[in-house]
Amino acid sequence: MGLNRVLFLEAEDQIKCIYIALRTSMVQDPTQFDVLVMPNLYGDILSDLCAGLIGGLGVTPSGNIGANGVAIFESVHGTAPDIAGLDMANPTALLLSAVMMLRHMGMHDYGKKIETACFDTIRDKKVLTGDLGGKSKCSEFTEEICRRVRDMD
Amino acid sequence: MAASSAVISMSKIIKPIWGGRLATTAKVFGATVSSRREKSTVPPPAKYGGRHTVTLIPGDGIGPELLNHVKELFRFSCVPVDFEVVNVSSATEDDINNAITAIRRNGVALKGNIETLHTLPASHKSRNNLLRTSLDLYANVMHCKSLPGVQTRHNNIDIMIIRENTEGEYSSLEHESVSGVVECLKIITRTNSLRIAEYAFKLAREKGRKRVTAVHKANIMKLGDGLFLQCCREVAAGYPDIAFDAMIVDNTTMQLVSKPQQFDVMVMPNLYGNVVSNVCAGLVGGPGLVPGANYGRDYAVFETATRNTGKSIADRNIANPTAMLLASCMMLDHLKLHDYATMIRNAVLTTMNETRLHTADIGGQGTTSEVVQAIMRNIQSKGPLTSEL
Repeated sequence: MGLNRVLFLEAEDQIKCIYIALRTSMVQDPTQFDVLVMPNLYGDILSDLCAGLIGGLGVTPSGNIGANGVAIFESVHGTAPDIAGLDMANPTALLLSAVMMLRHMGMHDYGKKIETACFDTIRDKKVLTGDLGGKSKCSEFTEEICRRVRDMD
Repeated sequence: MAASSAVISMSKIIKPIWGGRLATTAKVFGATVSSRREKSTVPPPAKYGGRHTVTLIPGDGIGPELLNHVKELFRFSCVPVDFEVVNVSSATEDDINNAITAIRRNGVALKGNIETLHTLPASHKSRNNLLRTSLDLYANVMHCKSLPGVQTRHNNIDIMIIRENTEGEYSSLEHESVSGVVECLKIITRTNSLRIAEYAFKLAREKGRKRVTAVHKANIMKLGDGLFLQCCREVAAGYPDIAFDAMIVDNTTMQLVSKPQQFDVMVMPNLYGNVVSNVCAGLVGGPGLVPGANYGRDYAVFETATRNTGKSIADRNIANPTAMLLASCMMLDHLKLHDYATMIRNAVLTTMNETRLHTADIGGQGTTSEVVQAIMRNIQSKGPLTSEL
């Protein structure tokens, strides 16, 4: 795949890093990495790998950025039909994706507020959904985040 | 095929001159060449006077120093193996052809990784890749097992990874029909997919494993990976005692870093094999610990699993010799020198797990030579058959 790498000249070093990353460090010491850029397939693999490192698909946000500021933000996880409609899902991934959207639109304050509230709720460990080891419902988790946002104002 | 015709004529010359003495060697030459045509006889390994000859390719980076340690250890343990050293540099074509001829002659090789620079033109193929495709070493086998003496995030990992080694994304077929637009061909064939799946299931059965997981991306590459998956399913039908399932590669990597204990045997095409084997090596402690083997129908080449050159740590006496030493044990098992293999393997694992003498990559302070010396002391304490320390 030498020719492909020659084209991605700026990303060449990053690709080297990814190969090194995959070989040793991503699994052993992921903290050494900051920003990674890569072609499509490697991105698919590495983004899921990193999601696994930070706690899974339930907490991983993402954004798809196009030209002229066109962007779609979405969570990385799928439709989860087995828990749909049961008030059990973890809204963190979609919520953090919304925060990314707010930042993209320039509404940094709102984004920061919601993100802080979300992280504080998870850190406190009192109100957590099933996938994070808690027993609360999705609505209860969301209500807790809303309460923290209200308290911030 | 110039090399093989030279070999035929050499054997014709040798036979009458040396008569019976070198007849075995000439027979090896003859058998190796004719197997291409007959396709029924597997050449015997190069063995003369009870001593095996193995091709040794030092490679770049840490390869030469680690292979020197292997030679040292073998000499110390009186292992009946002679090494035929073939140096391969990225510069010329001749070197790699010499190496391939040597491996064809001896049947078995132990190698370090040969560096492939990104900056070289596309026409320059990776030497390692060339070796694998020329010798048709279609199965890359890696066994990742948690070692009790090494601290890792996850424990109780025991995964066998079988990676298709000759086609897929590493077919080196790229073209740039329009400037700035490159197309790279990923080749998946029914023959090779069936072959690798057959190998995986056979190995799983031999080792008493319960489940084989095929790793793919058939939802996107419907024809390519779809074919691979279909071939795996067909082969699985012939092994009802072994469970078979399939998992998409991105989900696989995620599961590997969160719950690696769920995997047993995994089979996959070339690129996913590269990714998954490196992730698994990281899970059990790093690239310095895991050996790898490349098997073909006629030849076998042993090396470290993650195929790093380790340029940054070369010649500093800090590289971890475990992977290369365990690879040499796999080679000894392949040559049916099981006693020697077990002796060296036990010594390596004892030094790793009980003595806990570790190199820097797994958090210790030992140098490569200290570790090797400790292994040799361990071997000496176990039995009489050693030379001077």
